[in-house]
Amino acid sequence: MNESENMTREVAAPVRDNAEVVEALNRRYEAGFVTDIESTSLPPGLNEDIVRQLSAIKGEPEWMTEWRLAAYRHWLTMPEPDWAKLDIGPIDYQSVSYYSAPKAGPKSLDEVDPKLLETYEKLGVPLHERAKLAGVAVDAVFDSVSVGTTFRKELAEAGVIFCSMSEAIREHGDLVRQYLGSVVPVGDNYFAALNSAVFSDGSFVFIPKGVRCPMELSTYFRINAMNTGQFERTLIVAEDDSHVSYLEGCTAPMRDENQLHAAVVELVALDRAQIKYSTVQNWYPGDENGVGGIYNFVTKRGDCRGVSSKISWTQVETGSAITWKYPSCVLRGDHSVGEFYSVALTHHRQQADTGTKMIHIGKGTKSKIVAKGISAGRSSNSYRGLVKIEKGADGARNYTQCDSLLIGKKCGAHTFPYMEVKNPGAIVEHEATTSKISDDQLFYCLSRGIGEEDAVSMIVDGFCKQVFRELPMEFAVEAKKLLEVSLEGAVG
Amino acid sequence: MHMLKIDNLHARVEGKEILKGLSLTVNPGEVHAIMGPNGAGKSTLGNVLSGREGYEVTEGTVSFGGQDLLALEPEERAAVGVFLAFQYPVEIPGVNNTYFLRAALNAQRKFRGEDELDSMRFLKLVREKLKIMQISDELLHRAVNEGFSGGEKKRNEIFQMAVLEPKLAILDETDSGLDIDALKQVAEGVNALRSPARSFLVVTHYQRLLDYIEPDFVHVLAGGRIVESGDKNLALKLEAEGYAWLADKHPHLRKADLAGEAA
Repeated sequence: MNESENMTREVAAPVRDNAEVVEALNRRYEAGFVTDIESTSLPPGLNEDIVRQLSAIKGEPEWMTEWRLAAYRHWLTMPEPDWAKLDIGPIDYQSVSYYSAPKAGPKSLDEVDPKLLETYEKLGVPLHERAKLAGVAVDAVFDSVSVGTTFRKELAEAGVIFCSMSEAIREHGDLVRQYLGSVVPVGDNYFAALNSAVFSDGSFVFIPKGVRCPMELSTYFRINAMNTGQFERTLIVAEDDSHVSYLEGCTAPMRDENQLHAAVVELVALDRAQIKYSTVQNWYPGDENGVGGIYNFVTKRGDCRGVSSKISWTQVETGSAITWKYPSCVLRGDHSVGEFYSVALTHHRQQADTGTKMIHIGKGTKSKIVAKGISAGRSSNSYRGLVKIEKGADGARNYTQCDSLLIGKKCGAHTFPYMEVKNPGAIVEHEATTSKISDDQLFYCLSRGIGEEDAVSMIVDGFCKQVFRELPMEFAVEAKKLLEVSLEGAVG
Repeated sequence: MHMLKIDNLHARVEGKEILKGLSLTVNPGEVHAIMGPNGAGKSTLGNVLSGREGYEVTEGTVSFGGQDLLALEPEERAAVGVFLAFQYPVEIPGVNNTYFLRAALNAQRKFRGEDELDSMRFLKLVREKLKIMQISDELLHRAVNEGFSGGEKKRNEIFQMAVLEPKLAILDETDSGLDIDALKQVAEGVNALRSPARSFLVVTHYQRLLDYIEPDFVHVLAGGRIVESGDKNLALKLEAEGYAWLADKHPHLRKADLAGEAA
């Protein structure tokens, strides 16, 4: 291979109409209820005072306030990005409220407003006893505040810290200070800078040396209040020889206006540590005419800092009006491994521009990318990925596979694989396919007695199998159900 | 009482009339072979009976067990007992073969008001049927038809038939693309499924399949109609003489209708 090689490719494939399939896709959004809870919000708008007030409400130490202010000042100097293949109306950052919390501040799970627990029940969040049954430790973030973390005692016995970011800043300040912003620097991009200034909560996970986290960790995010943005910040640190699997799920009520979600997730894996991060994202996608919905602008990055460390991202993205995220791995440690498994489903007028970046720095580093895009309606679904092999990354390898499934003829699928290879010994492989649910496949199922809706979800499920296999068991079931709901609707 | 009664069936595909007044009666337990030159409408018949989209019936009736078959959706036709073994079975990547078959069987049972089979009972059923078809276990664990050889695909079709237990099985050019060993295996499977309550429509271009699946009746489909019917000797005659002789007997047939050669 040449000293340096760049490649860009776009695949856009129109397909023949299939009226029934399109109808079958008329989705229902089942998480679209609003919870009537008294909440405290900061007035809309953003300035240094708001940042200070936010920090004060949360009782943060001085260094944190300064960190936020520095981020805010940096953000002011940055232009909004416009390079992604997205069609975005102007966002008025001054009309957003940057903090909203349920009024009665919860001290423990027992004090949590029953209405809130009801909300989680509707969402199927295994909080409380159900959590124990499911064996999942859950941190739930409602609007901006973490409302309860289950299983704390059990985790503490193992030496694992799993708490809200607010609490971590107060209780584990040194750890947070050491790692916060070390993977995604304050000025990394426009939305990361904004997040750094105004993030309200999120999760913090610390797995000490040699510990295998005894259970799956999980966070559920929900945006409830009107006109609020959600800016959560998640930091996971896995020390040498440790192991953790983490899952986040997201929903929001149906509203006509767009809501902003700009999260930052940082992962740090030290020597031989393994982090598996799974996302099931079901933010409100807007209605079929593209009114309302969440703007999901997220920066997720994992740093394989130690030798033979491994970070694996798995995501199932079905929601949001606009999704803009590229969970990435910086493969710094020799022989470290990065993986990205993704299913992104867009329908109606949803837009998704998602993919990953694999930055190979260490020797013998390996990465694997499997991206599955499903487009229906008038939606647009883009895979954008960067594989970068630095000069010193001897023996680096990457394998990329991008598959697109089109349903109907008005949707689009695009693939933008970028490669920068600076080491001549590296091996980079890329495969891409675009297919549609064929009339032949559908008729085959029908002729065996399987109804149209079931046939479509069966075919889609088969298409996603490679990714679902990577999800923790109970969430694989959830993801499958979510796709089924997304594909639910009247069959002609 | 007849199982299938097709009366004066006319059907169009993409605006072109393919079936032009086809009539055929099949009684329970009978095996009918449908032969005919290329483009005669053999595959169209199977697709129309199964309810494939794009095949438009413009005239005529089809009664199946006394029921108006044409009024049913494709999946309902399957549930009342019509099975089409495809000439080119399609691959469905990532969908497990056994899972697919169980979903199909239970969808049919549900439609008929029967209880659905749990995995234990289903597996027991599958094991029994596996013996009949001599299909390896390994095939069951793969995705539907994915990476199957031509012979494996056709055997899988017959295996599905064995599990779904239809009243009427339509075999659409099941012999195409098979070598003689594979052909024998498929025919053995079909023969094992013959019963007084089950009828077969064997659509084929070649006589050789009928050496292994012996028909009660042989029909020649040409110009969109059944123009000649007889017993298995008719197939032998077609094998020896081709279709051209039919033109003398049926002056309304155009030369083009008989252009296909029997091998």
